[in-house]
Amino acid sequence: MKLLSEYRDPELVLRLLGKIEARITRSWRIMEVCGGQTHNLVKYGIPSLLPQAITLVHGPGCPVCVTPRRLIDQAVALAERGVVLCSYGDMLRVPGSRKSLREAKAGGADVRMLYSPLEAVRIARENPGREVVFFAVGFETTAPANGLAVAHAAREGLRNFSLLSAHVLVPPAMEALLTDPDCRIDGFLAAGHVCTVMGCEEYEALAARHRIPIVVTGFEPLDLLQGILELVILLEEGRAEAKNAYGRVVRREGNPEARALLTRIFARVDREWRGIGTIPGSGLDLRSEWKAFDARVKFALDPEKSEEAGECQAGKILKGILKPPQCPLFGTKCTPIAPKGAPMVSSEGACAAYFHFAGFASGAETKESVASAP
Amino acid sequence: MNPAFSCPLPKLDFSEIQLGHGSGGMLMQKLLEPVFGLFSHPALAEQHDGAIVSTAGRIAITTDSFVVSPLFFPGGDIGTLAVHGTVNDLAMCGARPRYLALGLILEEGLPIAELWKVLCSIRQAANDCSVAIVTGDTKVVERGKGDRIFLHTTGVGDLHPEAAISARRMEVGDRILLNGPVGDHGVAILSVREGLSFESAIESDTAPLHRTVLRLLDRFGTQIHFLRDATRGGVATVLAEAAQQGGKGIEVEEALIPVGEEVGSACELLGLDPLYVACEGRFVAVVAPEIAEEALLEIQQSGWPQAAAIGWVAGEHPGKTLLRSAIGGRRPLPLLPGEQLPRIC
Repeated sequence: MKLLSEYRDPELVLRLLGKIEARITRSWRIMEVCGGQTHNLVKYGIPSLLPQAITLVHGPGCPVCVTPRRLIDQAVALAERGVVLCSYGDMLRVPGSRKSLREAKAGGADVRMLYSPLEAVRIARENPGREVVFFAVGFETTAPANGLAVAHAAREGLRNFSLLSAHVLVPPAMEALLTDPDCRIDGFLAAGHVCTVMGCEEYEALAARHRIPIVVTGFEPLDLLQGILELVILLEEGRAEAKNAYGRVVRREGNPEARALLTRIFARVDREWRGIGTIPGSGLDLRSEWKAFDARVKFALDPEKSEEAGECQAGKILKGILKPPQCPLFGTKCTPIAPKGAPMVSSEGACAAYFHFAGFASGAETKESVASAP
Repeated sequence: MNPAFSCPLPKLDFSEIQLGHGSGGMLMQKLLEPVFGLFSHPALAEQHDGAIVSTAGRIAITTDSFVVSPLFFPGGDIGTLAVHGTVNDLAMCGARPRYLALGLILEEGLPIAELWKVLCSIRQAANDCSVAIVTGDTKVVERGKGDRIFLHTTGVGDLHPEAAISARRMEVGDRILLNGPVGDHGVAILSVREGLSFESAIESDTAPLHRTVLRLLDRFGTQIHFLRDATRGGVATVLAEAAQQGGKGIEVEEALIPVGEEVGSACELLGLDPLYVACEGRFVAVVAPEIAEEALLEIQQSGWPQAAAIGWVAGEHPGKTLLRSAIGGRRPLPLLPGEQLPRIC
């Protein structure tokens, strides 16, 4: 299989676009939940190819972008106290209330960008005299690997490794969007890789409870268009069901081993989301039996809440109530260099996408000029 | 390295750089003696603080610093980059590179053998590019105050009589040419960076570009409107800057931009966009449409068989660059807010 070309075949793309066009009879607002999906939708310019009746509402971005100031502040404080603070690459630029991890690094803190939490365990093993903290961020997709790092550290008896958990869960966030009476989303593309771990059952319940169709969707252009097609069919037929359009990867029961590991290591907690607020049961922290590896406990971190940006309209933008330029901070106090809310942090978040598209023709004109291009 | 090129390590009484090597005293003379020999040039042999050289008329001048880590990587090292980088900046002005001034900032404790290896690379690259190193400077910083070797090169070149290179000369309908696959240098560096090393056969694309550029100027003169080499920020950044500086729209086709299969796979795994990954031997030429086909052939025949026409200057969206994706969708190619960071999701 050629991953880099097989699911990006321009001819098959056209065929799927034709099928979507043929099924659609009215306007639909569709939210893709995962930042990875948004990234590829933007990367391949898919919004410019879809029928105008479809409005894609970009979801909460990536788990990195929704990490609240308070947690970034805790990570920055730890780094400034002299620990080796490790995290994933894009976490480094998310602003805290004083500074980002990248700015802390510039100020002399030992902040390291890793690709795997097991790297952090290795650093702890090789530097017994230093405290190593892994700033664990991610949806259900990355949580098992981060939990495994804790299990490894425990098995090796490492006392200088700990986890600062910022994990977030997808279904509670969807629930929070749906319970807002102003929410104007007609259907969801659920995050395929999250479902690889967790399966589809949670989404079946969610679809039934809120009478909204949800389609488990992958990430390559053909996966995304297949997901959109199946969602359009459910919407047009008025069926509030959950479907799996990513069967090549996702099983209904998910990955039982990874789920068991999650249950063993983590407990559900309330979590604050940047720009949205606190969502009940939407986060994962280490269970009390693993508290020796919990950076919050180990370093007695200050639980005090920091102020979220008051004027940031991220919550309303994510619910499809406002467009980014309608936010008073857009393009002035909030830019990709100095982002206030999650949708501006991520380069393909809704606000950043609007920011970068400023100066281009509208979607319709863009489509016409494709045909006239030399 | 060229096997015919011999560059034996000189016999010295020390094996590591000490603070005294930057003191201006005897220790410094001991260190520099073999260096003057290595770069033998009459102007350098004067051992003066500057060099007196002759040029043909209008000159181009450029300056650049090199701080790459690690110092040695597949396909090159900091020394090769320090020559090619400055040679290429002169080439992009439309100039024939002639002279380089070389600044060395060395960290206390640096093994002499490493320094010598870098100096030998500089000599070989300079020979290959027919540029002379005519003056220089050496400083030593305390251990921990540098990163083994920092280099700085300043270059002087004779401007081609027909050169008129400026983003403001881009015109609607101009074609955009690229000399080869992008992203190799950045991925080669990442493949050997601490904590990230992965096995790959990808080598840096570092290469001098002046010969190709001079051939273009000899043949097409003022119909070559704009030239820029893609370095940090990759080819996407060059295109975004060109649109911004020229006040014109640019449109490119993703499917026409060559990306090596291994580089594409590595970027996919690492969560990077190859269009924003660094190159060291790639350039974009914006040329008049009438000569685009012949200019592309000229680039291909001057050692870049994979050169491609990737887009055009558009009448719409002035100041912005638009990419038509491999599946036909459209998206902007903006400047990144900072460096490209790997995505976790």
